[in-house]
Amino acid sequence: MSVAKPVNQRAWWLVLPVLVSVAFSALIPLMTVVNYSVQDILSPSQSVFVGWEWYKEVLRDPELHSALFRQLIFSAAVLAIQIPLGIALALSMPKEGWRSSLVLVLLAMPLLVPWNVVGTIWQIFARADIGLLGYVLTQLGFDYNYAQEPWDAWITVLVMDVWHWTPLVALLAFAGLRAIPEAYYQAARIDGASRWAVFRYVQLPKLRSVLMIAVLLRLMDSFMIYTEPFVLTGGGPGTATTFLSQYLTQKAVGQFDLGPAAAFSLVYFLIILLLCFVLYNFMKSVGAGEQQARSA
Amino acid sequence: MDLLSWMAWTAPVAIFFVCIALMLIGMTIWELRSPTVPRKGLLPLVTTRGDRLFIGLLLAAYINLAWTGVTDLTQWWGAMLGAVGLVCVMRWG
Repeated sequence: MSVAKPVNQRAWWLVLPVLVSVAFSALIPLMTVVNYSVQDILSPSQSVFVGWEWYKEVLRDPELHSALFRQLIFSAAVLAIQIPLGIALALSMPKEGWRSSLVLVLLAMPLLVPWNVVGTIWQIFARADIGLLGYVLTQLGFDYNYAQEPWDAWITVLVMDVWHWTPLVALLAFAGLRAIPEAYYQAARIDGASRWAVFRYVQLPKLRSVLMIAVLLRLMDSFMIYTEPFVLTGGGPGTATTFLSQYLTQKAVGQFDLGPAAAFSLVYFLIILLLCFVLYNFMKSVGAGEQQARSA
Repeated sequence: MDLLSWMAWTAPVAIFFVCIALMLIGMTIWELRSPTVPRKGLLPLVTTRGDRLFIGLLLAAYINLAWTGVTDLTQWWGAMLGAVGLVCVMRWG
């Protein structure tokens, strides 16, 4: 005879603190932004309802289209470089002993540097007159000037982001690699698997979960990048490195257009939400497909 | 209401949020009475009822944004198209 286990609904009360904190930190501010996005805020006590007007203005703004295009290229480049590089670093790191600890500490150091300091470091590092990188490139014959050449500015921002954030991917991948039981490697050795086969059929599938987190984190972070390029290039030369966050800040703080800035924020939020949703489901389906193929 | 005046509430936005809240309450009651069964419909992924609501709302938001960005016609048509999209995703997604 089986006895049905009573369902204890009191556990739901334990979720209440999280709900309250999410409400105050995310939901209420988001609702306020929605309110602002349909009004012309003339003063803190005076506003006029304008409906979809700001959305129309924002969605037809060619500067926003350019900033979105630059942002998509930047995020795609960040993912294309940082994910393989992070995995490669994790694979080449010592697994145990003092060398492993030393490499972990060295690798984590860029992550400990505040974002505005990262921008300042690279601003000095890349200057042709006093910076090591800029000086060396100039001496090697490259016509390098990140303050005047859009391509140089782009590459510098990209390299700076790779330096700052690839360690995060490497640390996540390293943790994932350490969690793979030794029995898998022993089985692969018995089968005479090559180094590539071990990576392709043992390590990569086992890394799927941590890589999914790494991809989502890097996508969201790169899509919201603001401080480093702001300090390094100020969005220039011209608007060459003006990404979405910088453009939003120009509108909200520089021009104090709260209505259009709120509409822009919501469009921005929806773009990130869609990209993360598509990427998450794509990676999940790739993993599920591989599992099906292996069990077939 | 002075406490909430900083949020700059307007009637249309309040109605919008009330609709969302009612939708979530309705979904919770529906889930308690008849727990969802994950299924694969027209969408290329297995979804629960909650997933389909999320996808449907996201679709409706994008339809409305596209309508605003592309046409000068009244937004009500965009809203109706978004609602139809939401219903289609919930039913056949």
